[in-house]
Amino acid sequence: MTEENESVTVESGPAPFVPPGQPGSVVEVKPRYGNFIGGTWVAPVKGQYMTNVSPVDGKPFCEVARSTAEDVELALDAAHQAKDAWGETSLTDRSAVLNRIADAIEANLEMLAVAETWENGKPVRETLAADIPLAVDHFRYFAGATRSLEGRSTEIDKDTVAYHFHEPLGVVGQIIPFNFPLLMAAWKIAPALAAGNCTVLKPASPTPWSILKLAEVIADVVPPGVINIVTGPGGEIGKALATSPRIAKIGFTGETTTGRLIMQYAAENIIPSTTELGGKSPNVFFADVMDEDDEYLDKAVEGLVLYAFNKGEVCTCPSRALIQESIYDRFMERALDRIRKIRQGNPLDPTTMIGPQVSAQQLEKITSYVDIGQQEGAECLIGGKRAELGGEFEGGYYFEPTVLKGHNKMRVFQEEIFGPVLAVTTFADEEEALAIANDTLYGLGAGVWTRNGNLAYRMGRGIKAGRVWTNCFHLYPAGAAFGGYKISGVGRENHQMMLEHYSQTKNLLVSYSTKPLGFF
Amino acid sequence: MGEPAVVPRVVATPAALAAIGHLVAERGPLMFFQSGGCCDGSLPMCFEDGEFRVGDRDVLLGTLGSSPFYIDGRQYEVWKHTQLILDVGDGEPEGFSLPAADGKHFVIRSRVFDPEELATLADR
Repeated sequence: MTEENESVTVESGPAPFVPPGQPGSVVEVKPRYGNFIGGTWVAPVKGQYMTNVSPVDGKPFCEVARSTAEDVELALDAAHQAKDAWGETSLTDRSAVLNRIADAIEANLEMLAVAETWENGKPVRETLAADIPLAVDHFRYFAGATRSLEGRSTEIDKDTVAYHFHEPLGVVGQIIPFNFPLLMAAWKIAPALAAGNCTVLKPASPTPWSILKLAEVIADVVPPGVINIVTGPGGEIGKALATSPRIAKIGFTGETTTGRLIMQYAAENIIPSTTELGGKSPNVFFADVMDEDDEYLDKAVEGLVLYAFNKGEVCTCPSRALIQESIYDRFMERALDRIRKIRQGNPLDPTTMIGPQVSAQQLEKITSYVDIGQQEGAECLIGGKRAELGGEFEGGYYFEPTVLKGHNKMRVFQEEIFGPVLAVTTFADEEEALAIANDTLYGLGAGVWTRNGNLAYRMGRGIKAGRVWTNCFHLYPAGAAFGGYKISGVGRENHQMMLEHYSQTKNLLVSYSTKPLGFF
Repeated sequence: MGEPAVVPRVVATPAALAAIGHLVAERGPLMFFQSGGCCDGSLPMCFEDGEFRVGDRDVLLGTLGSSPFYIDGRQYEVWKHTQLILDVGDGEPEGFSLPAADGKHFVIRSRVFDPEELATLADR
């Protein structure tokens, strides 16, 4: 930012970042992007492109390849060409490559943060402080984790030893969502590479570009063919990738129907799949959070308002708040007061707290859900409609932070809306809190807030979800396993155990005895 | 007047029916499956018929034009008090669903059944 800008906006804080591609922006935008295959940029075979729109103003800002199955094949060719050398690369060197990826992203942190914000709509204060730094850390975590992962050997008897080696799977397919495009790419790419695999990755249709900016940044530090990125419609290239007999595993984050389809395709090829399919995460507040009016209470109130984080486009959005009856009125009063103070607007403004939804489709869906919630009798406590920002943001996909009060059988309590819409209800006691928390098809995340450690522990163990944040929410550090119970998917991410999920187990069963068995 | 009219669990708007008609003419028979979960969960997915393996516990909600519309049996249990209305919205689909048309996607709107309708449905 220039001094000139600072002087203009001295009263309202730092100036907004300049949109990518405009004079003075930290992000260069080419008119058109091909696929990243074999370390170079390759035009789509059929020469088709699709317009990429920013949700900030609803206007197109570049074109990306509208790839077809032929392009997926090219990417698989490149990956297969690279896989033997990469699989045999020493752990020292493999780890060094991951660290260099991390360094390259870190060196371009601001550029990638602004690119991510422009394409996804998430506030730049989040991409600067969370998305990109977490992606950097993720590569470093797996650079270290792979060095510390040891094979095992077992002495079966005095002369017989079972050795267990981790061997790469080979080439894997990975399909990532639009809500954290770069961080989810890091979650998928880092463990796959660390375990010695090459990847063909398909970004989500609304967010194909920021990952291409990341590819520009890391192109020089990754051996050609180890990472390949193909953009295009899920129904065409996602399917081509997931059904390919040339992948050894498929990883997917998204919704349940495509999740089932992914597992169906994996079954046809008899390969493993990892699926993360979302949730309807309960966030449970016990009465004792209000025992004191202190920093902790403040944290708990913020914990409720975190439903609006990333405009609710989070698989673990705490979109069901369960509040103990005895504190409901007082607690919600504070929470609503905090929600009223959410600053919505241009996500490139560092003071903005909530930006636009990622796409017209999401906005449409959120609107339809608020409608059904109100038909079901839910009371709208705040928000409830599209936010009209006017001016240059008139075409953007903004939705007001919304709270609906109702009961857990309503559909707004049972399906992830993927928007800034909180469904709130009350409970009488611990037993009812647990029953409501678990009355869902999903089990990805949950939150428990209480000053009572014993209660927190019982609830944490009782809730059927892969992660229970206790006196916190929305922390995503590398090293904390993440994944679903119930229909939220199969598998885990974000932990050293991922290296096992991206490896074959080779057992060498060796006899050091010279004596025949004596059977024949 | 005889038997009460059958209340459909899923219906389509004229725009959705027109889109289905075009798609069927272009690609052959279609099927729909109501999705759930994150990202573009909660949206209906449109596939070429037979692309998605329907399981024993999935529920056939109805047929739109000639296209069957299914939902996961578990999801059906928590959605069954509402009628699903297939419509068309702006924007490309984000998952593996076919688009309703160029730059369009299928979307579900919903209506809560009234008590009379629920009673009729319960009898069936």
